Amino acid sequence: MRLSAVDLACRRGGRDVFAGIGFHLAAGQALAVTGRNGAGKSSLLRIVGGFLRPAGGRLWLEGGDPEFSIAEQAHYLGHQDAVKPSLSVAENLHFWAAFFGAGMTKVQDALGAVGLGGIAALPAAYLSAGQRRRLSIARLLAVKRPIWLLDEPASTLDAAGRDRLTGFMQSHLAGGGLILAATHGALGLGGAQELSLDEKIPSALPGDGLGRGSEATVGAVTP
Amino acid sequence: MTPLTALLVRDMRIAVRVGGGAMIGVLFFVVVVTLTPFAVGPDLALLKRIGPAILWLAALLASLLALDRLFASDHEDGSLDLILTGGSPLELVIAAKGLAHWLTTAIPLIVAAPLIGLLLDIEPPAQAGLVLTLLVGTPALTFIGAVGAAIAVTLRRGGMLLAIIVLPLTVPVLIFGVAAANAAVAGPVPFGTPFTVLCALTLASLVIGPFAAAAALRLDIE
Repeated sequence: MRLSAVDLACRRGGRDVFAGIGFHLAAGQALAVTGRNGAGKSSLLRIVGGFLRPAGGRLWLEGGDPEFSIAEQAHYLGHQDAVKPSLSVAENLHFWAAFFGAGMTKVQDALGAVGLGGIAALPAAYLSAGQRRRLSIARLLAVKRPIWLLDEPASTLDAAGRDRLTGFMQSHLAGGGLILAATHGALGLGGAQELSLDEKIPSALPGDGLGRGSEATVGAVTP
Repeated sequence: MTPLTALLVRDMRIAVRVGGGAMIGVLFFVVVVTLTPFAVGPDLALLKRIGPAILWLAALLASLLALDRLFASDHEDGSLDLILTGGSPLELVIAAKGLAHWLTTAIPLIVAAPLIGLLLDIEPPAQAGLVLTLLVGTPALTFIGAVGAAIAVTLRRGGMLLAIIVLPLTVPVLIFGVAAANAAVAGPVPFGTPFTVLCALTLASLVIGPFAAAAALRLDIE
């Protein structure tokens, strides 16, 4: 299995976020997407996940199931945890497992693996931000999909949670999976490729005062 | 459990639990209809004449109440993104969510209608016809409303906009629903003609609603 992108470009709200992004990701490989705030890390993941249409370029998957789109073979872990407060922890995960067409047997195991096994019957309204994130991660374990799209996956996790997440990512890669992660910190994975979006900005935001100076790039490439 | 059944069960569970919209709709319906005799006065003949219209108006507004959350709550907490990656056609997802909304808001209201109809001097034989018009007509309200809910999904206070978009589109349903209900309650015009048109309106909205709502949602997500 191999996920490739060539010359991807993204436009949001009339502004060019990035252009000329390319990567090749084979089975068992991870790609860390880095960049300053607003560089388009999340947008890149959302393009791969099929939520956004790229303004240009090509994205394709070799060796996947031709019956399904890339998005249907991918897990998207975004900023929002997609947890319903009025359902219990187990009901939340049961729903996603059933909706994604997986068996019910792995739900309990997945909850145990993220450390929520003891509070499966608790309404999700009582979960902390980190516990909601763990519940979200349990979805990736309960339903097997080869591509993981992780947007700041560790942002609300404690140290132990980060270690577990690293372990999950390592075993996913060992099982032939692919990981695309937007991150500010280290992923903790040896041998992960890195894609920095900071060099891919066609025109900086005027006067944003962050990162790259606007003087250098204003008017340089304005399609 | 198939993906769509899972979605249906989840939406119904959320609706009947704390913070869900199921009971709000039926309570609103009961309150509005109960207030009418106080406003109109104890004129039984008048109440009987406007009764079907009051019941239908209250049902229309009650089914709108929970409708703005139909997609908005899933959009706000990120569930909608995941639903899109689930592999189920969005049109069927919307049909399942619409069915869950109808089962949790319209069915309690239809059950309450005969009891509350007594306040408007609608007698048991006529009530059967009235309930039948609500049973057949309310799915149209849900599925026309789903289109408005999909258009207003990204707006923080979409409820008002939803009402403005949806209410004009429900005028035909209201006209034929009330006409059929009036025929059942007061006669002498035949019940069958407006009732058949009401059935046709519902069938059309069941087909068009999910496709229109899916198109609107796809635009919203970007």
